[in-house]
Amino acid sequence: MLKLGVPSKGRLMEQCFDWFGTRGVKLSRAGSDREYAGAVEGVDGLELVLLSAGEIPRELAAGRIHLGVTGSDLVREKLADWPSQVAELAPMGFGHADLIIAVPACWPDVDTLDDLDAAAAAFRRAHGFRLRIATKYHRLVREFLTQHGVADYQLVDSQGATEGTVKNLTAEAVADITSSGETLRANHLKILSDGLVHQSQATLYAARGADWGQDARVALAGLTERLGLTPCALS
Amino acid sequence: MAEKAAARVEAARLVAAFRAAGAVEVEADILQPAEVLLDLYGEDIRARAYVTADPLRGEMMLRPDFTVPVVQMHMADGAEPARYCYAGEVFRKQERPSARRAEYVQVGYEVFERDNPVAADAEVFALFARLLAPLGLRAATGDIAILTAAVRGLRTLESRKAALLRHIWRPRRFTQLLDRFGGRAPVPPSRAALIKVLAQGARPAPAPHLGLRSAAEISARLAALAEDAAAAPISAEEVARLEDLLNLEAPGPAALAHLRDLARDMPAIVPAVDRMEARLDALARAGIDVGTLAFEASHGRTTLEYYDGFVFSFHSAEAGLPPVASGGRYDALTEVLGQGRSIPAVGGIIRPGLVADLGGLG
Repeated sequence: MLKLGVPSKGRLMEQCFDWFGTRGVKLSRAGSDREYAGAVEGVDGLELVLLSAGEIPRELAAGRIHLGVTGSDLVREKLADWPSQVAELAPMGFGHADLIIAVPACWPDVDTLDDLDAAAAAFRRAHGFRLRIATKYHRLVREFLTQHGVADYQLVDSQGATEGTVKNLTAEAVADITSSGETLRANHLKILSDGLVHQSQATLYAARGADWGQDARVALAGLTERLGLTPCALS
Repeated sequence: MAEKAAARVEAARLVAAFRAAGAVEVEADILQPAEVLLDLYGEDIRARAYVTADPLRGEMMLRPDFTVPVVQMHMADGAEPARYCYAGEVFRKQERPSARRAEYVQVGYEVFERDNPVAADAEVFALFARLLAPLGLRAATGDIAILTAAVRGLRTLESRKAALLRHIWRPRRFTQLLDRFGGRAPVPPSRAALIKVLAQGARPAPAPHLGLRSAAEISARLAALAEDAAAAPISAEEVARLEDLLNLEAPGPAALAHLRDLARDMPAIVPAVDRMEARLDALARAGIDVGTLAFEASHGRTTLEYYDGFVFSFHSAEAGLPPVASGGRYDALTEVLGQGRSIPAVGGIIRPGLVADLGGLG
């Protein structure tokens, strides 16, 4: 059996079912909508596993599911050296969100990463600690800032209501997911012009570490043909 | 694991040699307070060090090196001058598959000595060279102090020099800044628009004040931006000389001759070049063949940013392996950790695991 992990609830699940449905693979929840079991029609050898979207990267990395749908931001954040652990089969064109870096709108002198770096240096001299950036995307943000040579900052963990941390004086800047920028504006924050860390969308991944025996390979070939995808090398 | 046992044998041999050279053997805790290391190295250390939580002491790190705890110990109650050695595991996270190990043994030798820094540099390097001689390694040296002196000597705004000095250890950023300060890269459009507004004596469109960064801090940076925009670019000749310096790679005497040549137009580097010459003399007296000793001006620019003078490393011919040994001078670190006190210090580490892989010193 080829196991496919799909988000277990909400809009992401519906859009995912639609994406497969328009390609001839009908996914649905079995039984009541409280039961986390799924049914598959239209292709052989595929089992639907409903999971929390946030756990799908981990399940892929462990090889407990062969395929999984989740945000590309979550895969890049949660999996070290992600290309060695999963293969991208298809970007799915929904669940778009940008991971960006934002600073208070009242900082007219800061518009680029270069400005942020300079402001961070001055902030550290003035306050005796590094400028704090609140985020839950530690790996992505750190790699991005390292790559761009920004120093004198620190990341502080924020698992929710991140835009409020600046007003609450627990951070000076934020790195968070936004789709319209509405929440940022409402909280008097602005996006750095070169502060786009990652453009995320729902993506179909294959787990390199799953059991790719004969059955699974045959099922995958059937599925990729049905979905109109180019077959991929998994090892 | 056989590898660890072999590493321990080499480590014991090296510690014995360091003790014979006059060092006192010291220990350091494996669990180090994360705060000190984070404050020193910034977020990058989180990507490299294992972080764990102590129920009472908060965030701790598995020691990524011995230098910080040894410096702290010396600054707290060390007598001068002092020579220390140590051996033990250090831990470095690897985010990508590589030949580098996440857990390996380091053996180190550190000299805290006020009177003759050049002699101390030569002592450490010559000791390492003598111990590692059976392995036929390639040594490379550099001197961060020459780079910082060259930047400090630029005829430009202090704020520009400070920005360049901060990024000596981030070569890509350093190059970007130099391009901009030298007028070779365009001013970002948003910056140009802001400068235009400021030049008209106006304030940018107001927004409600938010956060810990004060209005005075924002005003100070706006003033700095205006000052920067009004200042002349660093001259093309000065930029070219600096780049010439950064790219210098030659055997010791040839490198020295080239630096003397550069120093005629860069008088600020003269004292640092004098020290390099004195160091080469001291190395020669210690039996090092300085005629073939590689000098690379940018050596040490991509390591952790605490070396501020002489730097060195020993490499095997095998590609992809980390250096078998490395070290350097870190005077500024003792000041940062010394709470008002400081002492010139130089030291280095050897990886006995790699020594064993290469055939060992037995």
